[in-house]
Amino acid sequence: MSDDRDDSSDRPAVDSEIEAAIYENHPALIAYITAGDPSLEDTKAYVEALDRGGADLIELGLPFSEPIAEGPTIQGAINRALAAGTTPAGFFDLVDGLETDAPLLVMTYYNMLLQFGAEADVRPFVERAADAGISGVIVPDLPAEEAEPLCAACDEFGLDVVFIVAPTTEGDRLETIMSRASGFVYVQARLGTTGARADVSSATHDSLERLEGHSDVPKAVGFGVSKGDHAAEIVEAGADGVIVGSALVDIVAAHGSDGDAPAAADLEEKARELKAGAERAAADADATDGEQERTPEPEHP
Amino acid sequence: MSTSERDHERGDQRERTSHGSFGEYGGQYVPEAVMPALQELEDAYERYVLENEDGFMDEFRERLRDFGGRPTPLQRADRLSERYGREIYLKREDLVHGGAHKLNNALGQVLLAKYMGKERIVAETGAGQHGTATAMAAAHLDVPCEIYMGRTDVNRQRPNVYRMRMNGAQVNPVDAGSGTLKEAINETMRDWSTTVETSHYVIGSVVGPHPFPAMVRDFQAVISDEAREQLLESAGRLPDTVIACAGGGSNTMGAFDAFIPDADVDLVAVEAGGSSLEIDEGDGIAPNSATLSTGSDGVLHGAMTKLLQSDDGQIMESHSVSAGLDYAGVGPELSHLVETGRVRPVNVDDETALEAFHRLSTLEGIIPALESSHALGYLERAAGPAAKTSNEQHAQEAAEEGLGDLVVVNVSGRGDKDLETVLEETEARDLAAAPDVEVFDS
Ligand SMILES: Cc1ncc(COP(=O)(O)O)c(C=O)c1O
Repeated sequence: MSDDRDDSSDRPAVDSEIEAAIYENHPALIAYITAGDPSLEDTKAYVEALDRGGADLIELGLPFSEPIAEGPTIQGAINRALAAGTTPAGFFDLVDGLETDAPLLVMTYYNMLLQFGAEADVRPFVERAADAGISGVIVPDLPAEEAEPLCAACDEFGLDVVFIVAPTTEGDRLETIMSRASGFVYVQARLGTTGARADVSSATHDSLERLEGHSDVPKAVGFGVSKGDHAAEIVEAGADGVIVGSALVDIVAAHGSDGDAPAAADLEEKARELKAGAERAAADADATDGEQERTPEPEHP
Repeated sequence: MSTSERDHERGDQRERTSHGSFGEYGGQYVPEAVMPALQELEDAYERYVLENEDGFMDEFRERLRDFGGRPTPLQRADRLSERYGREIYLKREDLVHGGAHKLNNALGQVLLAKYMGKERIVAETGAGQHGTATAMAAAHLDVPCEIYMGRTDVNRQRPNVYRMRMNGAQVNPVDAGSGTLKEAINETMRDWSTTVETSHYVIGSVVGPHPFPAMVRDFQAVISDEAREQLLESAGRLPDTVIACAGGGSNTMGAFDAFIPDADVDLVAVEAGGSSLEIDEGDGIAPNSATLSTGSDGVLHGAMTKLLQSDDGQIMESHSVSAGLDYAGVGPELSHLVETGRVRPVNVDDETALEAFHRLSTLEGIIPALESSHALGYLERAAGPAAKTSNEQHAQEAAEEGLGDLVVVNVSGRGDKDLETVLEETEARDLAAAPDVEVFDS
């Protein structure tokens, strides 16, 4: 947690609920769904189902009309959410009413942060997110080079800024990103956009290796994960967490808007399968290799 | 101006673009996966374009001449001069190979991609003019090329779709949203973020993340470099006003660039006023593309700039009768120049543009692109017969604006691609300047 953090970065240490949740529930399951798909009411039920199913962190997408980092699945969810009239105000009302064990992150595009409030400034958004109990933000179109204003606002209100590391990220840029990272580092398993795939990218292993020794912020892998076996592979490769989005959005989409109960049950079951996959790999690793250096152990009894 | 003077000013421009920003506009707001490619491109831009390493700029100029047909004429338009009671010069970018200024940039970028060792070109297109230019440049330089184009634009710009395919490019229609330029850009960004190690994304205007806005401007600056020199030669002085239409703003920046240091030259960017300047917040639709006149600051497609957006930050669907102006954003440098007062943003509606299209066609024997027709439409509004006699608001505005005695209008492209749209739109209205279009019904 923040006390254990390598404080070489010049950001003041924040008390990170996100890191705590990952270490205490290691290896962690991080679940994404789009808020407002098909309605904010449904989203409430889905988030609670994911929480029951074992998600350790939940990323809520605040829909933006031009989601350039998303593939067709999440773009579809965003379109449905926007068509249903999802607004930032409605989004925060939803979050105000959520009670989950898993800390929440908001994932959205930079313009949504800038436009919340009167001036083109991210601070009002971060303040409102903090108010609603959100623990961190992920902004896929905000590279570290442009992130100073967001980092400053998040430091002020105690939120983590989760940065993405891509297969193309190397050298100085990798260093810069890792020195700013808080909460966890989002390791993008492959180039391209989000979307469930049939297999885990072979780039995952290399990516995790490249990050070694840079920072002890937890590393979570996403982009394409859809099954318990994928989760197991990713944890075997050394990840502290597994991020799943499109596979969950697919479940939401399959149910449409004909009542949330069956969709919620399926989401809960999917979360169980993914979490079990991650835990199976961790247990195997412990059994076969006791000495192998691992991420800090959970401090919980 | 001599080349060394020119290079001196280029140095100043580099100052203007330091850290990829123009005042508060610009930047690099893109997914992490493409950041290293932007750094690589920035490096290539500085070495090849700004420093002429390996003779890149020499080869570019030579190919612009031999393949592109440059320099284009700066033509005195006799009947327009008479109509408006002042000297009107047309910069004839419609005569560039392919029929629009777009080739200047496409050729520059495809050549740069080759110098960088990239194996594949991706591009987006709105009117199809940029896609056509990119497909031509890619065929000319023997690089495989794939183009994304919104479904609506595919339908209203068929001739350009055929041309791209004739030149060997693959054309991918995009069904998302309103099927126009904004959606095509999103889709190309996605392709690029998957193939970034081997592909170069040829952005079609002075938009997107740094270094695109600066680089595209430098490739298009040939328009004003030539026009300035040509006018000094033929008229012996600088123009009072330069008028260009603004979609993303590449022909605008190209037509303005060399005149920016000439503080007495009035620079007018004409946007698409569409059918109305009113915005329907509920439907998220702007029936215009008048970003500079009515937009607000935000981030879209990699840059901080002026945008058509809702209070919540959702990007609006825009509208223009002209596909090439139908975009909710605009180049960051243009936003900056408007903010500092150097460039004056105005807009004209669909109808005014259509009338101007017919006027130039009948008066001068030049069929202009619907995009360029907006620039010509503004000329009519500010200096036409109605402006002299009526005292309605526009005329008053025009009198205050005072276009001066010597005006250059950039004819950014030719209108062959727009004939179907023009016939349809003309039939649906009662246009003063239009010929009888019913003869085309059979
Ligand atoms: C002939 C012509 N003029 C103008 C434009 C508008 O683009 P920009 O403002 O970037 O020059 C286009 C775009 O397709 C075009 O085809």
